[in-house]
Amino acid sequence: MAAKTPLLKAENVGIQFGGLKALSGVTMELYQGELVGLIGPNGAGKTTLFNLLTGVYVPTDGRIMLDGETLNGLPPYKITRKGISRTFQNIRLFGELSVLDNVKVAYHAHARHSIASSILRLPSHFRGEKEMEEKAIEFLNIFQLDGVMHEKAKNLPYGQQRRLEIARALAAQPKVLLLDEPAAGMNPQETKELMKLIAFIRERFALTILLIEHDMSLVMGICERIYVLDHGQLIAEGTPEQVRSNPKVIEAYLGEEVS
Amino acid sequence: MATWKRTRGFWVSVILAFSFFVVVEWLIASGTLNIFYVNTLFFMAINVILAVSLHLIIGITGQFSIGHAGFFAVGAYASAIMTMKLQLPFAAGVLAAGVAAALAGLIIGVPSLRLKGDYLAIATLGFGEIVRIALLNIDYVGGASGMTVTHMTTWPWVFACLFATILVIANFTNSTHGRACISIREDEIAADAMGINTTYYKVAAFVIGSFFAGIAGALYAHHFYIIQPSNFGFLKSFDILIFVVLGGLGSLSGAVVAAVLLTIVSTFLQNYPETRMIIYSIVLILVMLYRPTGLMGTKELSSLFKWRKAAQGGMNHGGKNTVA
Repeated sequence: MAAKTPLLKAENVGIQFGGLKALSGVTMELYQGELVGLIGPNGAGKTTLFNLLTGVYVPTDGRIMLDGETLNGLPPYKITRKGISRTFQNIRLFGELSVLDNVKVAYHAHARHSIASSILRLPSHFRGEKEMEEKAIEFLNIFQLDGVMHEKAKNLPYGQQRRLEIARALAAQPKVLLLDEPAAGMNPQETKELMKLIAFIRERFALTILLIEHDMSLVMGICERIYVLDHGQLIAEGTPEQVRSNPKVIEAYLGEEVS
Repeated sequence: MATWKRTRGFWVSVILAFSFFVVVEWLIASGTLNIFYVNTLFFMAINVILAVSLHLIIGITGQFSIGHAGFFAVGAYASAIMTMKLQLPFAAGVLAAGVAAALAGLIIGVPSLRLKGDYLAIATLGFGEIVRIALLNIDYVGGASGMTVTHMTTWPWVFACLFATILVIANFTNSTHGRACISIREDEIAADAMGINTTYYKVAAFVIGSFFAGIAGALYAHHFYIIQPSNFGFLKSFDILIFVVLGGLGSLSGAVVAAVLLTIVSTFLQNYPETRMIIYSIVLILVMLYRPTGLMGTKELSSLFKWRKAAQGGMNHGGKNTVA
């Protein structure tokens, strides 16, 4: 990668829940424009790392930096506004809101009209709401969800809900997008389309993406670099080929060789 | 043209509301409506204000608060102090009621909105009781015997407050700020992850809701001649909660309809004091059995008209599709 300083950096990050060390000494660097995979067996701490990066948990050790700025201790909404946005492993849409409104909520942080202007229905309210609507529809078009934009999010089929979550995360206009198992529960065809979509939005929005995935073939196929977590620690990093042939990774996934 | 389309529904409701105002004003002036009906009407309006203000907190933002009578009490006493003790005009009393209740909402909201679900409910219930017991022990406001208040509440005042409450809360809800509140109700973690300052919006909804509960308190105090701490017990909080739940959580028109209907039922049942609470309770049980999501569900009255339009072969989304 051309850029020297990483866009997102985790420095020796760890977190302890009571006596349990969920993560320790994780160091990770994401450079502008990269698509990086994060893999590991169940319970390795992948989602915990996402929760640390997005401020849901505050790390007990180490530092998290975005563009040279320390994020430790900031509440999630502030971190999102600084440019890290995410999706969830178990879909967390706003079920009773329409598809369109789900995306609008994510665009809220960029709205400039105040509560007072909305209550009094000042021109700035109408301008702001119109801009929001146009932006939201733009995102829905990209994800081919514009046909269902007035449906309640909870009524969408599973695959569309997954796509809507990504659309919503994008509407927050992040620099770094964290995707937590975006292809979970999808069939091979859907997964393939999803991967194309991820590659497309990465180009279009100049995004840096960190992706958790279980499907090894998928991660190997599109990620430039891969980090492997096991038991709360990084056990390997490198290109897909390097990771695939790393004995520690094979051990973590397939178990120890019987001697 | 586009603006007209967008605001047509609004202006139609404004015109309907004002015609209602003029008709009632004329009925009162001509003496067709006797004092009993006027009383019921005022009480209905006060209940609607209370229901709609709690709807913003529970139905929209999803914060289960059951101390609403506390803010109602703060408003009632604040306005009574203004008009009775300080001899200020009624307008000052109404304004002071709203501001005092909103301040109380802010003071209570900031620490207690960190709590969730049952815990928040208990904390707000505690707040309501604290207000009641504090008033009981302050001699300046008459303690247990309460304060006598001059009758100042008139139909124009009631209507203006009712109209303002519904307008402000509907406008707030139908904006990006309202959507932010709904997103908190739907999934607080996701809302936070999408850049919504959840604490800010929970407190904002709480403060706006409390403000209007305070206004309702001012109208109440200056209509019923006397206010006593016992009028503002937790049963009053539950009454308001019932309007919101029965109307359908998340539906503003539901809260209005439920408040109106239950006020009528409860007034009508005053003729049967022995069985009143039994019948009232049976009505509640029946509604919850046959309409578990409340009278209106999460729908609004206006959506009924849209539905009819679609059935007649009109546009499905009321023209929303043409925006793109």
